[in-house]
Amino acid sequence: MSQKILVIADHHDGQLLDATGRAVTCAADIGGDIDVLVLAHDGQAIADEAAKLAGIANVHLVNNAANEHAVAAILAPQIVAFAQNGGYSHVLGPNTTFGKDLMPRVAALADVAMVTDIMAVHGPYEFDRPIYAGNAITTVQAPDAQMLVASVRCASYGAAEKTGSAAVAAATVEAELPTHTRFVGLEQAKSDRPDLQTAPKVISGGRGVGSEENFRIVYDFADKIGAAVGASRAAVDAGYVPNDMQVGQTGKIISPELYMCFGISGAIQHLAGIKDAGTIVAINKDPEAPIFELADIGLVGDLFEIIPALDAAVS
Amino acid sequence: MKILVSVKRAIDYNVRIQVAPDGSGVVKNGVKHSMNPFDEIAVEQAIRWKEDGTATEVVAVAIGDDAVAEQLRTAVAFGCDRAIHVKTDDEVQPLTAARVFKALAERESPDMFLMGKQAIDDDANQTGQMTAAKLNWPQATFASKIELADGKAEVTREIDTGLETLSVDLPAVVTVDLRLNEPRYLKLPNIMKAKKKPIEALAFDELDVAAATPIKTVTTKAPPKRAGGIMVETVDELVAKLKEKSLI
Repeated sequence: MSQKILVIADHHDGQLLDATGRAVTCAADIGGDIDVLVLAHDGQAIADEAAKLAGIANVHLVNNAANEHAVAAILAPQIVAFAQNGGYSHVLGPNTTFGKDLMPRVAALADVAMVTDIMAVHGPYEFDRPIYAGNAITTVQAPDAQMLVASVRCASYGAAEKTGSAAVAAATVEAELPTHTRFVGLEQAKSDRPDLQTAPKVISGGRGVGSEENFRIVYDFADKIGAAVGASRAAVDAGYVPNDMQVGQTGKIISPELYMCFGISGAIQHLAGIKDAGTIVAINKDPEAPIFELADIGLVGDLFEIIPALDAAVS
Repeated sequence: MKILVSVKRAIDYNVRIQVAPDGSGVVKNGVKHSMNPFDEIAVEQAIRWKEDGTATEVVAVAIGDDAVAEQLRTAVAFGCDRAIHVKTDDEVQPLTAARVFKALAERESPDMFLMGKQAIDDDANQTGQMTAAKLNWPQATFASKIELADGKAEVTREIDTGLETLSVDLPAVVTVDLRLNEPRYLKLPNIMKAKKKPIEALAFDELDVAAATPIKTVTTKAPPKRAGGIMVETVDELVAKLKEKSLI
């Protein structure tokens, strides 16, 4: 039986996020017709961008003032109504905080189980997913007689190419939207650096960096080589950097080509976020630090001497 | 106000888990278990509200086999007034847990259901959202700050783009993130006293709940090992290796 897959677009500030394209790549592995659903306030530009994703059949755009902010309680009933009317076999979202918040609500409204963090596809209803902070991989089989709701582990998939030209169609959904949840505000950490979740190079700092001021040298070096900046939980908890920079089991899971970390010991929870990186480079003054067990290249030494030397060497 | 707080028993977060050689799962026998760390944060929050007079009653709830009673005792030692143990020897997946929690919420009528944002064993991050959906209550996930006033909660959420604030009507389901608080260390007298507090046992059929069609586990394996790394002695050597791979 051919599958009919609906991918929920993740967007922010009028821009389609890369995570959507990654979910489309996973959908292509499942196989079948792939549609993208954009729920927005004024989403034409987002839908047009989504239409370029290779491999998709249609983009459905639901414009509604209620969708101005991505509130799960408001989006979920619309998605369930749209997916059930359209006869979709699969509804996929990315495992961004948007998808993590939303997809379980969609699944429960449809009264179906959900698969979190698909990292590989074995069949339309059989997938690999990580458990125990990525220390085990489990192959799961979802019931095939009901709609499957799932989130896609973005770090396991590249974004679909933007060579397509799918049709964009305005859609309406009949769903009762709750009024019990209101968006109040968003405090955004401003950054001109590449996005942590999609950057090909990431430089991270941990407790060893020592202070918010000291993080300056990490930022400067990252800027020099065009890298995004991440951090361990210890650095976030110590107040050196904002929490949206946290990499790990409960922060962001990333898969850059190059991951360089300074002053990070390598707790299980941090390693869960970087296991898929192409090359892991660790700089730490403790030769026994567990990060060296995972690193492709390790250097024992003081980061305050090594970063300036690295800086000079790449100049 | 009255608060329900859910507690899950999971392998302790410091344990290096072992995958069973036959692919049947991870080794759990003889391995240290404790309260899921996110649930500890949820319990701590509820107890802080009890201490400052915001909460009048805090009830800890858990689903699982007899061993789960240990984590409910821990919750009571934190200061929960009582505990409810929904007993089953079967594995409980999030949709089933949500059905149970919905039934408990309807029975107990709390103003808030606090949960951890995810359990560190299955890493599913579903149960809070599913429970909210089943109850048609608002949800505020990944909370790092919660302010209560006038029958509403203003919740600051940790999301990819920064910190989002939502206002939700109560009752609501709120799932907590790591930075909400620092759970206390339990004192021995409280642990002793907790042994005297009631834990009510309930069965699925007493709540009129049936397990959902489960997702089956076919096999569990260890993640692929990364190829062995090398250590370099100098920055120049490091730079040379990175240039070799065209990474800088």
